[in-house]
This record gives sequence, structure tokens and C-alpha cells, in this order.
Amino acid sequence: MADNQPDRGQRGLPGGKPRYSAFAVAKNSMSYHQDWQRAWRDAEPKSEYDAVIIGGGGHGLATAYYLAAVHGMTNIAVIEKGWLGGGNTGRNTTIIRSNYLWDESAAIYEHSMKLWEGLSQDLNFNVMFSQRGVLTIAHSEHELREMSRRVHAIRLNGIDSEILGPAEIKKFVPTINIDQSIRYPVMGGFLQRRGGTARHDAVAWGYARAADDLGVDIIQKCEVTGLRRQGRKIVGVETSRGFIKTKKVGCVVAGHSSVVAAMAGIRLPIASRPLQALVSEPIKPILDTVIMSNAVHMYISQSDKGEMVLGAGVDKYNSYAQRGSFPVPEHMLAAAVELFPVLSRLRMLRHWGGIVDTCPDASPIISKTDIEGLYFDCGWGTGGFKATPGSGHVFADLIANDRPNKIAAPYTLDRFRSGLLIDEHGAAGVAH
Amino acid sequence: MFKIGKSTSQIARLTKNSRVDQKRKISFTFDGTSYSGYAGDTLASALLANGVHLVGRSFKYHRPRGILSAGSEEPNALIRLGKGAYAEPNLRATQIEIFDGLYAESQNRVPSLSLDIGAINSVLARFFPAGFYYKTFMWPASMWMKYEHVIRHAAGLGKAADDHNDPDRYEKTHTHCDVLVAGGGAAGLMAALQAARSGARVIIADEQNEFGGWLLGEANISIDGTPALDWIAKIIDEMAAMPNVTMLPRTTVFGYMDSNYLTLNERVTDHLPERPAHLPRQRLWKVRAKQTVLAQGAHERPLVFAGNDLPGVMLAGAVRTYINRYAALPGQRAIVMTNNDDAYRTGMALHDAGARVTIVDLRAEPKGALIRAATNAGIEILAGHAVITAHGNHRVARVEIAPIDDTATAIAGDFIHRDCDVIAMSGGLSPAVHLHSQARGKLQWDDKKLCFKPSTTHEASFNAGAGNGTFDLASAIKEGIRCGARAASAAGFKNTMADSPSVAMPKQSWTPLAAWNIPNGHAEGAGPKAFVDFQNDVTANDVRLAAREGYQSVEHLKRYTTTGMGTDQGKTSNINALAILADALGNEIPEVGTTTLRMPYTPSNLGAIAGRDIGHLFDPVRLTRMDDWHRSHGATFEHVGQWMRAWYYPQEGETMAEAVNREVLAARTTAGLLDASTLGKIDIRGPDAAEFLDRVYTNGWSKLAVGRCRYGLMLKDDGMVMDDGVTTRLGKNHFHMTTTTGGAAGVLDWLEEWLQTEWPDLQVYLTSVTEQWAVATLSGPNANKILQDAGIDIDLSPTSFPFMSMQNCHIGGLPARVFRISFTGELSYEINVAARHGLALWTHLMKSGAAHGITPYGTEAMHVLRAEKGFIIVGQETDGSVTPHDLGMDWIISKAKPDFIGKRALARTTMAYDDRKQLVGLKTKDPQQVIPEGAHAVRDPNQPLPMDMLGQVTSSYHSPNLGYSIAMALLKGGHNMHGQTVFFPLLDGRVIEAEVVDTVFFDPKGERING
Repeated sequence: MADNQPDRGQRGLPGGKPRYSAFAVAKNSMSYHQDWQRAWRDAEPKSEYDAVIIGGGGHGLATAYYLAAVHGMTNIAVIEKGWLGGGNTGRNTTIIRSNYLWDESAAIYEHSMKLWEGLSQDLNFNVMFSQRGVLTIAHSEHELREMSRRVHAIRLNGIDSEILGPAEIKKFVPTINIDQSIRYPVMGGFLQRRGGTARHDAVAWGYARAADDLGVDIIQKCEVTGLRRQGRKIVGVETSRGFIKTKKVGCVVAGHSSVVAAMAGIRLPIASRPLQALVSEPIKPILDTVIMSNAVHMYISQSDKGEMVLGAGVDKYNSYAQRGSFPVPEHMLAAAVELFPVLSRLRMLRHWGGIVDTCPDASPIISKTDIEGLYFDCGWGTGGFKATPGSGHVFADLIANDRPNKIAAPYTLDRFRSGLLIDEHGAAGVAH
Repeated sequence: MFKIGKSTSQIARLTKNSRVDQKRKISFTFDGTSYSGYAGDTLASALLANGVHLVGRSFKYHRPRGILSAGSEEPNALIRLGKGAYAEPNLRATQIEIFDGLYAESQNRVPSLSLDIGAINSVLARFFPAGFYYKTFMWPASMWMKYEHVIRHAAGLGKAADDHNDPDRYEKTHTHCDVLVAGGGAAGLMAALQAARSGARVIIADEQNEFGGWLLGEANISIDGTPALDWIAKIIDEMAAMPNVTMLPRTTVFGYMDSNYLTLNERVTDHLPERPAHLPRQRLWKVRAKQTVLAQGAHERPLVFAGNDLPGVMLAGAVRTYINRYAALPGQRAIVMTNNDDAYRTGMALHDAGARVTIVDLRAEPKGALIRAATNAGIEILAGHAVITAHGNHRVARVEIAPIDDTATAIAGDFIHRDCDVIAMSGGLSPAVHLHSQARGKLQWDDKKLCFKPSTTHEASFNAGAGNGTFDLASAIKEGIRCGARAASAAGFKNTMADSPSVAMPKQSWTPLAAWNIPNGHAEGAGPKAFVDFQNDVTANDVRLAAREGYQSVEHLKRYTTTGMGTDQGKTSNINALAILADALGNEIPEVGTTTLRMPYTPSNLGAIAGRDIGHLFDPVRLTRMDDWHRSHGATFEHVGQWMRAWYYPQEGETMAEAVNREVLAARTTAGLLDASTLGKIDIRGPDAAEFLDRVYTNGWSKLAVGRCRYGLMLKDDGMVMDDGVTTRLGKNHFHMTTTTGGAAGVLDWLEEWLQTEWPDLQVYLTSVTEQWAVATLSGPNANKILQDAGIDIDLSPTSFPFMSMQNCHIGGLPARVFRISFTGELSYEINVAARHGLALWTHLMKSGAAHGITPYGTEAMHVLRAEKGFIIVGQETDGSVTPHDLGMDWIISKAKPDFIGKRALARTTMAYDDRKQLVGLKTKDPQQVIPEGAHAVRDPNQPLPMDMLGQVTSSYHSPNLGYSIAMALLKGGHNMHGQTVFFPLLDGRVIEAEVVDTVFFDPKGERING
């Protein structure tokens, strides 16, 4: 929807790192793959950086990458308390789409979509962005009406979207059950063909490798223990590996945002809750798109490996524990078996939970704070993965220029005071 | 010494005492060939008894694979079982109990196991190291989807059922117990028995078809002077007779959640040729246990050497199990390769069964009773040696053996060659700590036994036996008794510990030699592949490559190489992978750490987790008491929340539009009757009821007179409209609230939340009475006549029964509560009767109204009627982002009240911005064009994308009373747009033009309210 292509900055490892390609793999196979370099250096923290990004998930790494690639800020570091991509980046169901209702949402997610398109080439790392389509199902007259509203808005925002009837859905997704006598029958759906999935870990690794190529220090096993201020200004970050001096701190820690914000005496309007997902054992391809159903709280796709990837709605209580309660997957699987009876004789292979940081209006925060040099990018809730490039891109812009660009501007923290909310709850049902 | 049996069909079957019943022959089919086995066989043991080792192809390289294990840890022998709708992929042959007519197929091969074209990948394997796909397929960018298509079809394991409709049924059981024991081996059985004798309610579950654990696969062990399995049988008999014990064979404890909540999957009928109709296929047990004893045993680890994935290369314990438990001899010329004592027992079992055996011991100077016994039996022992490479085509045929140095990291002498048809390997044991770890228990590395074992627990649980790293049988039994005793005590049952039985078996050491990656004499990375994860084809070199490239966190290793991510979840591979990673990094194993173990322990059927909550039990269908009448009168229904509501009542040959028009006209010209029973109804009582309403609604309630009704709007705390409805004062401290149909449950939750968490001082009691009342809404100019004919016993004149009031009365003898309120703008009564009288009331009114043109109308006509009057529907005109002001309903905001929910939010300056989306009416230029609901308005339809949108149509209908199309919309600054023209670009390319008008289209002065 953003009228222009995003500024991708310097692309494709200008720093001089050996590039990946089929040719490189063939060449390396001659030396039994002994000569591959590290994807990113294991950097020791320096005493001072121009900016420090807290959080080595997809959003944090993307922020660092775009700070370097677009804004030329290369004396920066990403610090991560565990391992890269170990939070929601490596726990989500990898759905990517930009078919959001509100203009503000459409703008940022479409910005992100455009960055996804070509990201593998930008990073010289195959993130397996697979535009196999995302189909959202409507199960009632009410949902059909909502769908019509949404598709009209999306189309006028210049984003691809089309409405399918039950028969067309059956043709597109042969495994789906369109029997109209089931409890919540498939009455229609809308499809974004440019939507799809990507390989989540590869996104973190790809950004890390490309950022490292541009000189960004990526520091794992480095936990933030405090934010040091002078008056209303940030002067550095206390970490488990010592104090790091810096004037700009970008905080991108999803479920733990409130914890880090508290270190600076800031309260965020964020509730952290478990979100559960699971995969089946791998099977030969039976589903070649992504299906979402808000009414029955389930979404499903099949990974390249063959696993059926299923997600549910959030648990109903707040928690920092990365697991959820059993009734949630029970209900979700009942819904899934209704829509895809083939699942009944497949088996759950892995199940896990992540912590989603949700704002009252189910939209993110990309914002300055009352403290000079302290920025937050959080509150992506259940749907942050798809925003990874876009979020990193606009957050980098905010940090570099100390003012939000047009896309980021609506996502200010101040909206919870002003009331200018972007309410994806009410209008969009469950947002994934 | 035993003899191979004579039966040609089971060429590797031994004639010896075992757990299979050689009198009961069973025939089955594998890949189109018929075989026979015996009752008690698994598919794996039956195939081995028939000399079949090649049973599958690996995931990535399509290498031939055989049977590795004899249990649920099996990574290789994955089978598609059954046909048609019963087919199920990826089942482990080692767990499938055979029955007559069993039909099994191998997977992931085209066209057949022996001629798999995918095996080309194995030839090209050099170009496919771990993670190669992250480095390739990027050029040209547009080709990725095509590359991916090929990748997807090459990946995946088995094929799902061709017929998707699972004919089987799955049930769930919820239960409590004092002690749940996971694992029915010696330690688990003793724990269960100890706890059961104390009187505790005990559940013991084991994934196998019989209890006994690994003892089922042993010979020559006696306990308390009797053969071990006789001793087991006695324990089972004792517990089977105890009413407080539930014994669940074929049941896997697969999940351990907070507060000792565990999930079990019981396979009830999978092993039966005919499945009795009264039994479910599987049963999901959801158990809340006061205490648990985890006794899941241990998994043997493979050794990582070149060619270790060939069919015929098996775990040593599994080989012993096939011989002793199933009387199947996996090979006649055996190599036993080990870093520990235990595999010597396999050497002896092979030897006793008539095989020629060579033991290749990685340790330079093995000592002890087992070694002496093997030496005495004349078995060739090559100490300080290793199998460097195994060779063979579809089965191992020969090995190269060489001396190795003390640390098993370098070849230290000349190669020796041996022919063989089976290799029994043992790399030591890994306790199955899965449930302990799922329950957030901590692990510690045992430097002597070379394994992670449980340290501290988080939940109320105890670890016993091999699962706790206690591999010695006598000690494991003792530990079982102790854990059972402690668990029972902790659950509140006094008990005295039973004596530990005496165990007679040769002494052995449990300290293997650390030998994680057998050297192959080639440069690093070169030479034949040595596999770590068999299913996902992850080699030792892949692990080292990941380390080299910086994927050094154990989680990165797993995700980059996919090690441990197969259907076996790395039960046999994780520790080897960790150890090799540690070696590559120059770290100690415990520093590298483990990945988080998560539910499920073994893959568990999705159908069983969904259970019976599918089909019409997925979510209750709520029907009104008049539903039968609607159905028998041809109504079409729509889903509204859980309810099915009559949508419209088409008569013979009528289209929906014709039916709706007829119903709408009738309600304004004669009378219409609507089933309004689904409206949410909440009974509110208590001395603070009026104060409570003052706080939750935007308008004032304290002064509402008894018997009078008032419309109210409820806001969320952000000031946005949440729900609406009419509430009536039935008494000083008693109100009857109505809510929207879909919002009823949410509103009750919301009110309760405020009462319970914010205003506990208020004395107010809420009761949902939605289902206690049936409601018929009679609307139209003939309403009074119909009610009089129906025998209403009150005066209906506007003076004695004014608009917005309520009266108790009788209609045709039925006690009724009648509200004179109107959602159509016509003279209208909402008649509430006890639910059981609903149908009687409805039919009575239809009969009484027949002469007055009474017409049943559905929800669609109701929508049109209210839209003609400009009445909103919450959830249609609102979406959680609309304030009362946006709706033009400032009149309902009390200025006098000190507070109500949402008041502060409404005071924010942005709430008064002129460019907020505001509710307006729309009249299309072409009166016959109906704008689709959801269409968005623009000022200039010819502007480029993205367009500047004003807002959207929320309701839109053809109005038969007005004869033209009407709509409502939320438009930016709409309140100041009256008279302006807006355009609606549609999905099909058409553009509709409309004028912004007032929202009240019909009877703007409200003159029809009294009929």
C-alpha cells in the first residue's frame, strides 16, 4: 500500500563475506565442506556503540541490519540473552500476509510484504519465503459481511485480495471439508495469493549473517540487567557481560518488553500471554496454502518438510512461561479435524508455546519514549513474524532519525493516552 | 543353544520359549508380499523372523534402512498401516502388534523399497550437506516456488489416508489418582505395588502391550529365586486384583503439564483384527495425580561409525529382545560392537541362538563376569577395536575392524575384515527423562555413566529405575519400592516399605567408554557417512559443519541440521549429537546443554486429542423453543453465535428477496411475529442494582420507575460501544437486562468481572435467564387486535400500557411478561413466557393473528425494519472502534452521573475530532442499486491506488416500504457530510454513487409507535 518500494539500502553482502550459491556449495563439496565460514562472528562486546539493539530475534536483527544497510550505522550491536531467534521468531507458525483492515495496519504489513519479496536475495540467504497464499475462512453470515468489508478496504489500499466461494475454496484446497451441514461450515473465504510462509529460523540467521557482514556485532548469551540513564537520557546498557556505553537503545524483546521497560521506569500497556502451536509428523504434501479460521481459532499450513503446522488462539491468562494449557490445543484440534478430517489419523509430533506481547488494541508499539535515546518496538502480539522486515525497517528509521516515519507514526506509545487506537481486536477478530 | 525352526516362511524363527505363541500363526502383508508370524509378534519381529531387514528409506538421502530398535524410539522402520480410510502413515514397525490380515507398506520410496529413484540423492549427498537449502535455490528469485514444489514432494514421510473420513471414534476420560506411575518395567511395577498396598489410588501405564519393560526381552535373570517374568506375573496378578489400581497397557503417558496434570493415550483396539463397535479406537486420559513416579526406562544409544545406518545394524539390546522375547534371530553371523558390558549379554544371546559372534569392544581391557562368560563360550573378542566401516547393499554384509587408541579417536593398527549379516551396537544408555523434563525437572550429567539423568524435580514427582540412571536391576527395583513408598506417603497414605527381592544375574559395570564418533581414517568431512540422526539423515560431519558455521547453541544445531527433529524426536540421537557438538567446540557435554523436551513423549493421534468434540458436538447448537415450528414452516436459518435463528420464511417459489420484502411489508401494514428468544437476558437483583446499572450503562437508571423500560448503551473502558439493549425495572432492587444475541455471554462475563474485581462492595447478583424465557415479538398496526383475540387480560390502550413499560399478564391463559418496546418503530410487544410455553404461545398467536394478516418474519426482515428506522445493531454498525458520539447518540451520555465505564476515555480530546468515522444514512442515486455491505466510500473513484477511503457501509438493504435502497455507513466526518455525494468502487469494477442523508429513513417523527 505504501506507494513506493522500500529503500533496501546496500544489498547482498557488500561487506565482502563469501556468498552462498549452488556454485559455492558445489565448490565447497570438493573440500568436504571444511572451508565454510561462520555465518556471523561471535563478537565480544565493545565498550561503546552508536546504538545497541536489545533482543536477537527476527525484529531486532532486522533492525540492526537496516540500520547498517540503509542508514550506514555499522558501529552497533545486537545483544541477546540466549540464542538468536530463540523467542517467538523460532516459535511461530510463520504466516505472512498483508491483508489487514485498517489503513495503518495495511501500510506497515504491506511495507513488510514488499521487503519479504526479494529478502532472500537481499540477505543472500534463502529464507524460503513461499507465496502459496493465505486463505481466511468465513463460517457465518456475520463473517461474510466482515469479509466483504475487509476485502473492499484491502483492495482500495492496493493490496491483492480475492473472495472465494465454497466451491472455489474446495478447488483451491482439495483436502478441506466444505460440507454445509457441519457445525461451522465453510461459507466463503478471502485469499491473498502473495501471502504465505517463510522459514523462521532462516530469517534470524539470514539477518544476522548480513548484518555481521556490514560490521554489526552480534552478541549472544549477553543479558541486559539494567538501563543506565543520566536524567532523561540513555547513556548505556548494563549487561551480564559488563556495561556498554551508547546513546541509543532499541528494545525489541517481545514478551519481555514490560520487564525491560520497567528497568527504565516505564510501564507499557502490554499483556504477555502464552500462544500454543504444534506440528504433526511429516507426510507427503496434502495442503499447499495457509488456512486461517478466526471463528474456530485455528490456522494450518504444511511445512516444506511435510509437517502440518497448527496454531491456536491465545491462552486466557497472563504468563511468562513458554507453554500453555491443554484445553486450548484440544479445542483447536477439534476445529482442525472438522475442517480437515484427514488430520484425525495423523499424530502430534511437537507442541510448544511462546509468549505474545499484546496491546489493548492488538496493534504494535514502534515508538520513542519519554527517555531520550530509548526506543521500543514491541506489542506485535500473535502476528509479529510477518512484520519482521517491515518492523525492523521502520524501527531502524526511527532510531536513526529520532522521529517516526509515516508508516511508524501511528504506532506511538502516546496513542494509549490520546485514544487514537488502531483496534485490530474489534475489527479484525483474531489477528495472526 | 536353540535351533532355527523348520518353517520356510519364518526362516529366522527360533524354536524356544518366548512371548510369542508359536501355536497361533498370523498372516499379514508387507509391501504386497504375504508373510506369517505369531501372536505376540510386532511387525518388526515378524519381519525379522522372515529374514526381512530392509523396511524403509530415509528422509533426505533415501538410503535403505532397517529395524534399529525394538521400541518406541525407532527412527527407521516407519510403516503405513491399513487401507482406505483406516490408513495411517509413519507408524513404527517395532510397536505394531500383528493381527490376521494386517496390511502394511513401506514409505518414502518410488517405485519400491529395493528400487527407489530417490536414492539418487544418496549419490549426490556430497552436495547436500546440512542446511544446503539455505545457501541455494535463490537464483533466479522467481524459480523458488518451482524448486520448492520439488522439495516438498521429495520431503514428507508417509502418505496420509486416501479417504479422509476417519471412521474411528476417540474418547476422553478425566480422572484423579493418588499416584500415577509412568512405565511398567520392574521399577515402575514395584513403585505401583508399594503405593497400591498402602491403599492409594494408583494408575500404572505402559506403552507396551504387556508389563515388564526390558525384562520381557531378557533370559537367565531370576528374581526371588524365580524366573524374572514369573516374578513380574505375580506382581501383575496382585495388582490386577486390587480395586484401587488401574492398569493401562498400550498406554503412553505423553504429556506432563503444570500441577501434576498428565495426558495419556491408550490404544484400545489398534491391535485387534476386528474392532468391537462399543470400544473407541483410542482413549485420551487426562489425569490429575497427587504424586507421580516416573519410571520410563532408558534408551540405548547407537555408535556413530561409517555405514552405521545399513539394514542389519541394530541396537544390541534390541537384538537381544528379538531373540528372547520374539524368538527371532536377526542374523547368523553377528558383530557386536560396544563401549560397555551390557552388549556382552547380547553376544551371549546370539551365541546361544546359534549365531557366530565377534565382539568388537572399544575398551582396551574389558573385565568382569560377562566378559569372562563370553570368553569361556568361545566368542571372539576384539578388545580395543572398533568397526570402522560397515559395508553392504540392502543389508550389512561385512565390516572393516581396526584397533583404536585409548580415547577411541584414532585408528591404531591394521584393518581386519569380517563378514556379517547383523551388527548389534551399544553406545551406552540414555535415561528417558522426557516426562521429568516436560515437568520442568532439572537434569545433571553423570560423568561415569555418560548420560543426563534427573536431578531436582519441579512437580510432585519421583524418578525410579533406569529412567533415573539406575541401570542395575536390583538397585532399580529397590528404587521403585522407595519411590512408590514416598509417593504414597506424600499423597497421605501410611505405608511400610516392602523388602527388596534378591536378583540373580551376572554382575556388570555401567560405565561405558566415551566414544562418540568412531574414527574412519579419512580427512575430516571425507569418507563414508556416519549417521547421528537416522531418520533425518544427519551425519557426524553435519554436526561439525554446523559448529563450524557458528550454529553452536544446541538449539541452533537442532534447527540447522534437523537432528532430533524426526518422528522419534532424537531418542536415540540427541546425546550423540550433543557429544559431537561438544567435541567440535572443545567443550564439555553439560556445558553444551540439552534442548527442551516437550510434549508429546511419542507422537499422539490428533483425532484422540480432538476426541468427541467434533461434528455436532464441536460446539452446542442453540435452538429456541419455537424452532420446530420454524422448521416445519420452511424457514431458512442463519448462524448467530451459537444460535440458529430463523432468517426468513420463503413460501413456495419465493426468492429470498421476495420473502424478505413480504415479511417487511407485513410488519408495517398488518403484523409480524419474530422469534426473539435468543436475545441475552440477565436477571439483576440486589440493593445496589440501580447503582450498578448507573456504572455500566452510559445513561441514568436510579430514577427509572418500577415497571418502566429504558434503552441502554454499554461501553468498554476505552469508550467504545460494546453492547446495547433494553433493561426494565421489575422492582426496587430488581432489573431485567437484555443484551444482543451474540454478546450475551461476553456481557455477563464483563459485568461479573467488574462486580468481582472492581466493585466487590456492591450487593448485586447476576443470573443469566436467556434460556428461561421464550420471546415472541409482535409488531405492526394490528398488534393490539391480535393480542385481544389471543385473550390478553390487560388493557392495551397507550395510557394504561404506555410505550417503554412492562406488564405481567396472561395471554390465552399463559402467564406472560410483556414489554412494550419496539425495534421496528411500529406498535410492538416483546412477549416473554416461560420457556416451556414458548411454542404454545407462538402457535396461539399465529392462530389468533391469522385473521389480521400475521406474518412470521426472520432476522433479515428484522434487520431491514430497524434500518428503515435508523436503529443500530451492535457488531454491525459498531466494531469496537465506535463511540456513542460517532453514532449520533450523544443523548444517551449522562452528564449528571459522576462516572460510568468509558466516561474518562470519552473525555479525551481525540474523541471529539471531526474526522472520526461517524454514522450516516445513504441513498443511492439509482434507487434500485443496493450497495454491498462492507463497500468503502471515496470522494473520487478515479484516484490511483491506494485510495483515500472515507469509511464503509455497515448495513444496506432494499426497503420495500420506501421503495428504494437504503444504507448506513461510518464515514470520516460523516455528521457534516449531509447532502454530499460519495462513491463506492466495488470489487467487480462497478462504482455506486450515493448521497449522504439522515439515518432515519422511515417515520422520522415516530408517529407509528402507538399503532
